[in-house]
This record gives sequence, structure tokens and C-alpha cells, in this order.
Amino acid sequence: MGIEQLNHNFLTGKLEDVVRWARRNSVWPATFGLACCAIEMMAAGTAHFDLARFGMEVFRASPRQADLMIVAGRVSQKMAPVLRQVYDQMAEPKWVISMGVCASSGGMFNNYAIVQGVDQIVPVDVYTPGCPPGPETLMHGILTLHELIRTGEITRRRIETGAGAGLTVDRPVAVGTPK
Amino acid sequence: MTQTVETPTLDTGFPVLKGGIESLRDPGAVLRIPHLPESVDEVPTDDETMIINMGPQHPSTHGVLRVMLELRGETVLRCKPVIGYLHTGMEKTGEDLTFLQGPTNTTRMDYVSPMFNELVFSLATEKLLGLEIPERATWIRMLMCELNRMSSQVLWLATNGMDLGAVSMMIYGFRERESILAFFEKTTGLRMNHNYIRPGGVAADLPDGWRDDVRKILDVFPGRLDDYETLLTGQPIWQERTQGIGIITADECAALGITGPILRSTGVDWDLRRDDPYLFYDQVDFNVVVGTYGDTFDRYAIRLNEIRESMGIIHQILERMPAGDYRAQDKKVTPPPRGRIDESMEALIHHFKIFTEGFKVPEGEVYVAVESPRGELGCYLVSDGSSKPYRMHIRGPSFVNLQALAPMIQGGLIADAVAIISTVDPVMGEVDR
Amino acid sequence: MAPDTPSEGEAEAEPEPEPAPPPRLHGALASESRGQTVVHPHRSEYLDLVRALKDEGFVMCVDLTGADYLVKSNRQLPDSVVAERFEVVVNLLSLAERRRVRVRVQLPEADPRLPSIYELHPGSEAMERETYDMFGIVFDGHPDLSRILMPDDWEGHPLRKDYGIGRIPVQFKHPSGAQ
Repeated sequence: MGIEQLNHNFLTGKLEDVVRWARRNSVWPATFGLACCAIEMMAAGTAHFDLARFGMEVFRASPRQADLMIVAGRVSQKMAPVLRQVYDQMAEPKWVISMGVCASSGGMFNNYAIVQGVDQIVPVDVYTPGCPPGPETLMHGILTLHELIRTGEITRRRIETGAGAGLTVDRPVAVGTPK
Repeated sequence: MTQTVETPTLDTGFPVLKGGIESLRDPGAVLRIPHLPESVDEVPTDDETMIINMGPQHPSTHGVLRVMLELRGETVLRCKPVIGYLHTGMEKTGEDLTFLQGPTNTTRMDYVSPMFNELVFSLATEKLLGLEIPERATWIRMLMCELNRMSSQVLWLATNGMDLGAVSMMIYGFRERESILAFFEKTTGLRMNHNYIRPGGVAADLPDGWRDDVRKILDVFPGRLDDYETLLTGQPIWQERTQGIGIITADECAALGITGPILRSTGVDWDLRRDDPYLFYDQVDFNVVVGTYGDTFDRYAIRLNEIRESMGIIHQILERMPAGDYRAQDKKVTPPPRGRIDESMEALIHHFKIFTEGFKVPEGEVYVAVESPRGELGCYLVSDGSSKPYRMHIRGPSFVNLQALAPMIQGGLIADAVAIISTVDPVMGEVDR
Repeated sequence: MAPDTPSEGEAEAEPEPEPAPPPRLHGALASESRGQTVVHPHRSEYLDLVRALKDEGFVMCVDLTGADYLVKSNRQLPDSVVAERFEVVVNLLSLAERRRVRVRVQLPEADPRLPSIYELHPGSEAMERETYDMFGIVFDGHPDLSRILMPDDWEGHPLRKDYGIGRIPVQFKHPSGAQ
């Protein structure tokens, strides 16, 4: 059967674009609730805000099955190694959203106990402002991430500038994307 | 567990522990594994037992709680909660914020019931100041606290349902919570972490049409609670998974300092709203819901019915809400009205000084406690006469209640551990502070 | 409430020259603070006092915490109580009588030790550990006195007044590439 017999029901595109499109539409977040923001993250997943619209309602309990880590809340000095370990256990390609000011910059807790920004530990792709960010804000962050995945912006930025924490990236964060 | 349990009476107080102090020194009976180092690797274990870690990143531990469980087969021999993964240094930060800024700090402790944290700090500050707040402000505080109690208990029902596999409860619970949060957002500007209750009153008056909003919540809730009863209370699977699970006695509660629904589930009717009244709780009628067996089902039923009691209180508040000021008109504590700032230089300076320097609080120390949805929430406040607390300590009920975990889990099945952790209702922000 | 005669522990801290003796509770000096009962035992009397109070009905140890008075010299204390740097504050509750009593014990800087009340109130276990963690106050007889909130290898005791808040200056910088 030759390809000329197929008249409709198919699209053509670069493999790269198709992969990005598929990745964008099936981001699976890990449950990484830490503090107040975790409650809003849960609220975003329930019926009222319905994260399922974006193909993301399945919060995975195991980091091995997830490719997005939403760091929801303040990261203490005691939690930081655990967070890093969970991040390392996630499969590539993976993304991180820093949810709320505490995760992004330490927020109002500029003291001995809190890591002043989770980007000191893991590379962050999207920062979500607010204390806590409402579910709408989180969704905006998620859609921003989707757009970054779709356009390949993340991989370009990483490879060219080495942005993010730059602590461990011993392999490219997203593989298979040229430039 | 089916034997009749004597309801302890408050007149006699509590006898000593039934098994003597030794009963609590059984392995795993308290918040520790005796004579074991922290590192699990070094523990010389029997071949038959296995130590597993739940958490700190685990979907069912309600935040970043880590629980070490020693198992023989499926039976939990010992249990040790390990906390501190959310330690935020709030007590240290609290010494660096003025009394007016204090509630922004404390409200982030128990993020499921932030109003109570603001309230207890404000009450302690006002007690040091000797400040009387207007009646309307007090009623507004009660209204917001009771609504917050409802949203907190509903959230607990939701997460507890999810922990036990009743996922639809999760969706329903969050739906009801949203209706209350919408009112909070309208009133305070934020869904959580409001900083609404402040020393001297509340931050803003109730919005126009607040009665209709609250009535709408109160109209919807009873039917929804009946739905929950249909969904959970009478359901055999739910009963099997909760009845007789995680039993604790009144004596153990007293010895371990447990308060709130866990203490009430053992039959002790102890509720600070009634027994140590603050605000105007002595002027409203409500029942203190108590259980009999001290098991998970009792705690579920207590929390469900406390929503009904809170609704009764809110109905009374709606009737009795007076007109008046929503904050004390004490120039030392209260900033001038917004309108005056535009016209008067003095008012501008006054406003500026209150929000930068803060107000000075007389020297002294005080302990104030309120009944949060989780138990006794206390604030120990020391002032040295300046505008910042010298020492601010919050007695989080979850922190103490977590000690109940070990006696409740011990001897049970690993599958029930999740139900029991959930029933303690720990909010880790408050445990670790 | 009945003031007992001071039977023991009349240590150097408590001479009694006043004509009207100050109120006492189970042999320890008592005072009022904003309408709340406060007892000031010497640390040698502390355990006996808590035991006596427990027998009287104060069955629940609601709260146990510390305070560091390094930089605050003036304090409201009964005249004969010698102010020291550290203070342990214990809140006891009588469910039957619906009363509270607060115990404040002074501990010198050189030797901040106190007997543990674990045997009387097992619920003080976590609180004593927290006080040890935050202030470095040692509780003799505690079954497992180790850090509870901070990581095990943490140095220092954060709530001491000579321990800095740990603030780090916030740095704002342009994102790389932007002008």
C-alpha cells in the first residue's frame, strides 16, 4: 500500500515539532507539595479549576513517572537534599515550576532556615509569583511552560546560556533538539 | 474495641495511665524509637522486621512529614514521625517584625486555618496592650474564624477521603471550600494567608452584601453535608476502614497533651470556645461534639458535625452583628482613615509611623490560647516594651498531636497507617513553624 | 492555690526578708502576669513543683518552650528570683478545674540544664527536644534528646539571641542577554 492512497487524516511535520507537541500535551506533574502553595496546587487539580483541561490532572506519586516538578512552597535547609534527590529521580526531559515567592526567592522568610530560592538547587523553568499563587496563576505558569515546551525555547536557552542552577546538568536537559 | 468505654468526667480529672508510665515507654509508644540513632542504616534489626520510610515526599502524609515504620509482616511494630522538613524559622522572623506585621508571619503557619493564627497573635498582643476592641470587630473575627473552621474541616474531609480511596470526596470537599474562599477573597483580598485579623481589630470592614454571601454558603452546606453522610458515613467500606482503627484513650491524650478533635473523640468534652471563652463565644449557643471510642471514625464524625455546629454559630452571628467600628479607635494602634491621609499632613505622618515603626507594647509576657480546628492553638508572647516581640512562640496543636501517631499506629496494619496519619490532621507548616 | 509553707529548696535564690511574704504555690514563688498565674521555682524545685501540680490536677502539659534573655536586662520577676539568661516556660492545664498555670524556670548561661518532666508528662517529649534544638537547653533524663527541627549536623541553636537571623542580601540582576 503506497502513501498516495491516503487522501486525508494525516498531517506532515518535522519529527521535532511532533515530539514537542506530544510532550506539551502530556506533562505529568509530580506531587511535590511543601506548604501553603500545595493546597492551591491541589485546588487547581479539582473540579472548580480543572487542570484536566490541559492534560495534567494526573499527579504522579512517583517521581519516576513524572516530568514536571511543581515546587509548591518554601524549601527548608532540611528539605533541600530531598528535593534534589526527587528531581534527580525524574526522567528526562523534565521541567520545574517554582510556585510562589518562597520557592522562587525565599519570600518573606529571609532567615537561616529557608533556601533563598529553589533555583539554587534545581534549574527552574517558570517562576510563579504570589503568596500563595491562586490556581489561576499556577495555570498561567503551566501554560507558559507549555508554550516554552512547544517552541523549544527551554532547550535553546539551556544549551546556549546554561541558565538555571547549573549544578548538575551533566547531560543536556532536553535531548534530541538541535541548535 | 467494642467494649463500652467509660466517658471520663471532668470532675474526677484523669487517673494515672492505666498501664502506668511504663505503658508509654513501650517501643514506639511515643515520638521516638528509644535508644536508636537517627540513621536507619545502623539499626540492628531482627530479620523478621523491616523498617520503611514514608515521606517526606509522599502523597498521603499531608505535607512533608516523614514517618519511619518498623514492620513485621503487615503489622506496624513501631512508628516514629520525623519532622522539621518545613522548618521556616518563623519564631525567629517573628522577633524581627513589628506587632502589626506579626500576623503576616503567623498566618503562614497553619495555612489551612490562617484566621486562627492571626487571631491568637492579635489576642496576645491586645492582652499585653490592655486594648479593648469594638464589638463589631469581635463579631467579625468570630464570623471569619467559624467560616475558616468550616473550610478547614471540609478540606480535611476531602484529603481524608482521598487517603482512603474515596476520591469523589476530594472533589466535593474542594468544591465546598471554594465557596468559602470566594467570600474570604472578597473580604480580605486573598484566598489564603489573609493578614486580616490584626492587633486592634480587623483590616477592613465586611464588604457590601456580606450577609447574602454568607447566607448563600449556609444554604448550600446542609445538603452537601448530607451528601457526604450518604457517601461516607453509612458506607460499609468506609466503616470497615475507620471503625476501631487508631484507638487512643483519654488518659493517653492527657498524658501526651493532645487536644482538639482527637481529645474529644475519646469522650472528653473539652473545647476552649466553651471552657476558656474568648471573643464572644460565651454569648452563642453551640454543642461540643464528642466521640466514644477514640477511633478514626469518631474523629471523622466529630469533624463533620463540627461543621454543623459552626453553621449554627454563624447563624447567630448573622443575627447579632452590630453596627460600629471594625477596629479600635486608639490612635496609638490604629492608623487614621484612608480619606484623612489625603487631607492632613499629621494623618500621613501618623500612618507612616504606625506602619514603619509600629506601636510600642508594654513590657510583659502572656499566653493566650484559642480552639483551632486542630486543637489548642497558643501564643506565648514576650514584649520588652519596644515595637517588636522579644519572643514569639506559637504552640501549634499539630506539633503536639503528632505524638498521638505512635500509640495510634502501633499494632495496626500498614494499610491503616495512612488513615491514621490523616486523622491526626497535621498541617506541617504548623508542626515545623 | 493554698500557699504551702516552703518546705525545701530554700536555696540562695530566695531569702525572705519581707514582712508580708510573697504568695507561694507548692513552695515556689508565685506572681500574676496579666491575670495569669505564674510560678517561679528554682531549678532544684522544678521537678517537685510540676509533680505537685500534677497531683493537684494539672494533668496536661500544654506547652514547653524557652526564652533567651541575653539582650533584655529588665524583666518582671519577683524580687527574690535571680534573673538568668535562659528561661524555660511550661504551661500546665487542669482540665477538671479549667485553670492554667505557667512555670518559669531561670537557667544560667554557663550551665543550661534542667530535669526532664518526661516521666510526668510524656507529651513534653517533642517540646523538650524542640527547646533543646532551638536554645541548647539540656533536659536531663530525656529519653532521646536530639535535634528535631533542624538537620542533625546543624551548628548552633537558632533562637538564641546571639544567633543571627541568617538574612542574606537580596540580589537583583538583569536576566542574561537583556540590556
